[in-house]
This record gives sequence, C-alpha cells and structure tokens, in this order.
Amino acid sequence: MKIHEYQGKQILKKFGVTVPRGIHCTTVEDAVKAAETLGGKVWVVKAQIHAGGRGKGGGVKVATSLEKVREYASQILGMQLITHQTGPEGQKVRHLLIEEGADIQHEYYVAALTDRATQSVAMMASYEGGMDIEEVAHKTPEKIVKVFINPLVGLTDEQALTLAKGMGMNEASIPQCIDTLKKLYTCYMETDASLAEINPLIHEADGTVKALDAKFNFDSNALFRQPEIVAMRDLDEEDADEIEASKFDLAYISLDGNIGCLVNGAGLAMATMDTIKLFGAEPANFLDVGGGATTEKVTEAFKIMLKNPKVKGILVNIFGGIMKCDTIATGVVAAAKEVNLSVPLVVRMKGTNEDLGKKILKDSGLPIISADSMAEAATQIVAAVK
Amino acid sequence: MSILINKNTKIITQGITGKTGQFHTEKCQEYANGKECFVAGVNPKKAGESIFNIPIYASVKEAAAETGATVSVIYVPPAGAAAAIWEAVEADLDLAICITEGIPVRDMLMVRNKMKEKEAKGGKKTLLLGPNCPGLITPDEVKIGIMPGHIHRKGRIGVVSRSGTLTYEAVGQLTELGLGQSSAVGIGGDPINGLKHIDVMKMFNDDPDTDAVIMIGEIGGPDEAEAAQWCKANMKKPIVGFIAGVTAPAGKRMGHAGALISGGADTADAKLAIMEECGFKVTKNPSEMAKLLKAML
Repeated sequence: MKIHEYQGKQILKKFGVTVPRGIHCTTVEDAVKAAETLGGKVWVVKAQIHAGGRGKGGGVKVATSLEKVREYASQILGMQLITHQTGPEGQKVRHLLIEEGADIQHEYYVAALTDRATQSVAMMASYEGGMDIEEVAHKTPEKIVKVFINPLVGLTDEQALTLAKGMGMNEASIPQCIDTLKKLYTCYMETDASLAEINPLIHEADGTVKALDAKFNFDSNALFRQPEIVAMRDLDEEDADEIEASKFDLAYISLDGNIGCLVNGAGLAMATMDTIKLFGAEPANFLDVGGGATTEKVTEAFKIMLKNPKVKGILVNIFGGIMKCDTIATGVVAAAKEVNLSVPLVVRMKGTNEDLGKKILKDSGLPIISADSMAEAATQIVAAVK
Repeated sequence: MSILINKNTKIITQGITGKTGQFHTEKCQEYANGKECFVAGVNPKKAGESIFNIPIYASVKEAAAETGATVSVIYVPPAGAAAAIWEAVEADLDLAICITEGIPVRDMLMVRNKMKEKEAKGGKKTLLLGPNCPGLITPDEVKIGIMPGHIHRKGRIGVVSRSGTLTYEAVGQLTELGLGQSSAVGIGGDPINGLKHIDVMKMFNDDPDTDAVIMIGEIGGPDEAEAAQWCKANMKKPIVGFIAGVTAPAGKRMGHAGALISGGADTADAKLAIMEECGFKVTKNPSEMAKLLKAML
C-alpha cells in the first residue's frame, strides 16, 4: 500500500525525523491560507499523487509571494499530472502540500527496504540525491553505499556512520544524520514498511538535516496490525477495478491487451498470460481467483474483466486441485449467462472432476470452446478474436 | 528414495483444529501412507483430545517427544504463523512446512534471523519450506500439504516451483506422458522464505532416485539465477526451466508478494537467459515442460 508525501512526512515526524513545516490542503483558498499560516517569504507548492517524478511533470513549484502560491495552486490542483510512473493518461491532482522553503546546501539520498537475498533490511545512501536513483545505481553504482541490517540487532552505530560518511554528509551534520538514519530504521520496522525512501535528504546552512520528500510502501500482509496506516489509504489513487476485485478476494491487475484471463493461482495466471503472448496476442489483465472460487466469485471476475472495453475474448484456465472442475464449470456457465457474454470464451480445465466439468460446459448450450492444454487454449482464443 | 520426506516420515500438524488444517489433514491421511505418517496435532487449548484419531498435544516439543515426529506442517493463521514456525524450530524438528499465506514480511524476517542465530550458536538446524506454499509430496508414499494427490505418479522426475498451481501443471503434464515424480516441492511465493530453488536442486542432484528435474520460477528476486549458477557447476542431471511473468509489468505485485519486478535482473527474460546459459533447457511455452524433459531422457 502506498501513501502521499504529506502523510509520509507525518509518519517521519512522529518518529522524530526533521521535516519542513507544511500544511496539507485540497482547495486554492486553503493553499493561500496555509502559506499565510506558515509565514516566511518562500513556499513550495507540491502536488500530492502516489506516483514519483512529480517535479519534472510540473507538479512542484517554488513560490516567492502569496499571489504566486495562489497561481501555482490553481494550476496544479485538478491537473492531470503526467510522470514516468503514471502512464500517458496521468493522474488527477486532488491534494496539495504547502511547505516552507528550505535552505538547501546539498541533496542526498536515503532508503530502507527488505533485501530478499540476505533476509535483512538494506539501507542505502548516496551523495547523488534529488536524482532518479535507479539511474545512479545503473551508471555509477559506486556512488551508492549500502549496509545490511540484522533485524535482531537493528542499525548499529558503526553502520549508521558508514552510511553518513559514505553519502558524503556535511561533517558538522553527521551526528544528526546518524540520529535520522536510526529513526528512519525504527520507523521502517514499526510501520511494517516495505520501502521508506527520502529523496532528497538535505543539510541546511546551520547544519540541520531534513527530509524534503518521503515515499513509503507498506506490506499489505501486515495492514491488519497497522490501523493508522490503513486510515491513510487514498482510494482515488488506486485502480477502481483492482479495488472492486479485492472486495471479492480476487487479485486483479489491468493490462493493455485484449484477451481477458481468469486463472487459479498467481504462477499459473502469469504462465497463462505469457502463453497468450507467445501465440500472438496480449493479455488484458492478470486475474487470480484463488483457491476457493465460488460461482459468485467467478461471476464477479467476469464482470470486472468485461468492464474493460478492450476485451475481445476471454480465456479461463483452471487447474482443479482442491477446487473441483465441475464447481468452476457451473460458475462459468452461470456467469456467462448473467453477464450475457458476447465475446468468445475458451475454457481449459484440468484436474479433479475434469470430465464432469467439460460435460457441464458442453450441456450449457453456450458457445464455449473447450481446450485441453494452455497452448491449445491460447491458440483458440487468439484465432477467435482475430 | 526421494527428497526430504518418505513413507516413514512422522508428522505433526500445527493448526490441525482450524478449518483449513482439518480439511487438508483429512486429505493427507487418505493419501498413500498418510494414516501412519500423521501422528500428532498441536493446540494448547485442546491438549488431550484427538481429531481424525490423531492425538492433540499442548506444544510441538511435547508432540515430538511423545511420537518421535521430526516434521511439522503449519496451517496456523497469518498473525500467529511465524511464532508457530519458531515453535517447530525450538523443538529441534528436521523440517517445518508452512502452508500459511499472508504472513507479514517483518515476522518472516525476524524468525528467519532467529533460525540463523540458533544455527550459528551450534543449535540444531531446522529446514523451513514456505511459507505461502502448497507443501511437498513423495508420490505413493506421503503427501504433506494442499496439492491434489491423484495427479501424481511415483517415478524419477523432480519438480520444484514457487507457484502451487504451476507445480500441479508440471506434474499433470509429466503424469500424462507416463513420467512419474520422485518428489514435487512447492517452495512458496513469499519474498522471505526458507528453502530456495538452489537448496532443492542440491537435494535432487544427490537423490539416486531422481533422473531429471523441472525447475519453475517467477519474476522477482535473485533465487532462480543463483540456483542456475550452482547447477552450471554441479548438477549432473538434465533440467527443464520455465519462468512465469514475461508479460508482467514492473512495479506491480502479481498475486504473490514475491512476484514483483524491482531491478533489471529479476525479469522473466533475464532469468530465462541465465538459466539457458547455465545449461538448462528453457521454454517460454509452459505447455511443453514435460515434453521437453522427456526428449532429454
């Protein structure tokens, strides 16, 4: 689960990390009022969307007067902000963060994330803050310093010093930097984050270390014990169909192709998508109905797939284990009838009660095409939509 | 022979009284030597009772001491599952198989590091399979987990995969071509887990009753590449490899928490290239995994 920058900064602040003073708002009037309340002569008007790359897309502006705050806030609020992470249609800006200006002496990069290979928490830092870190990692990996933290021990003084020195932190700011890194680590663990990134982390002329941005991802498996994080969820930023699917315990992700697919199991679902591509078409979605599919779930899955106007055909691929093929067949028939299915449907079923399932499909009177293998199913559906 | 488990394995079920635990325990008992193999259940509140003629004990330690069991299977719900794994480790079992899906990553990080710390101090090493996995099966001997038993046949092909249904797909294809399996192992779809591809490949390599292996992976993480490098230098048996997720977009979690592309090296194409370079017969068509393997025997 992702959150906005202003929420990320609230979390950082709660854990003792220094952040600029700022106010979250949703109207131009409130933005101007926020700037007045903050005082000073320089403000930053920042679009709040979940995607990164906001600055380049025109979603972050520095204002030197209240008039400019008004001007920028009216420009940014409601705009379709396009960044390299939003896709070509962009994301509508509904929230702003108005912040006091910062006295930036240098921009650094810091992040914490879970490392699969070492089964530890990796913390990385770099002198090259403010830039796209993936580019830095690719072109000049020696400019990124990394430590691996044993969660039973936590971030040690030695590791924190390695990071602070390794990122070339301003000498006078090193003690505060170490303190910030430790707080960031505590924050990462206690909130069940899967990514916590500060880009940039800065030092100011008086040596103060400050987080000018905050990006968090949280482990969805742990949300049950993180009610404060769940309360920060912004459904406007998420795909409506994916939210709808999750209500029925369906894992759904929309893609760009024209063949909808409904599969049990994440690995088999990906393999089915890959097979569709191999035989010359593109999948319209990833959809895992999970282990306990009922008629209701299958019907909902069909409805969600068919909401996508690009879908010209559907491939159902079920390996019946605990879930029996006849149960799925009954669900598919009921769903096809309920939604008045008008696109070609290919069903491939294997495993428990396979023959019974095929008979139910055949006897339904619906024009369902049956296939024995994934490859055959993909060939059939690709031919049917051409 | 087989890997990890056989018809003489004695098994404890943690979470035996829950809905999932009950359902699958019954299926596992019905399969091959299951009645002899599943010897104990654990639930502190129901100690002294029994279910499906399996006695329930208050703790894993007590269950192991009373029955001589060396393996446990865990169906405990996500919030308590990491603690259940640790209980099995503290009881010095040989192997804990965690079926539970949805365990917080932080809990897995903690328990995996506690396991490593125990081993480093000279304590007994307990292997962990999973979490979020279907379990494993040695056909016609014993099935521990949620896979459909009837699709398997006894034989000499090993199968290892992160995905449950994709394991069944490979097994189903093998059985249709008349090729049985020595063992089929699901290592699970979570980012922080126990046994990895490389560990299972080593076991298949050492197993005199395994002739060849189908290794199935997914996008995300370095595990398949690591296994491939090991196989290049050490594996004496033919391998067919498949990686799911050629069409998966970066930055999207494809169902499994572990199936998420983060860098450039963990895409399906990158992994397939490494596996091919390491001597695997790789395919982009998952329908022909068994056919390709048969041609190599």
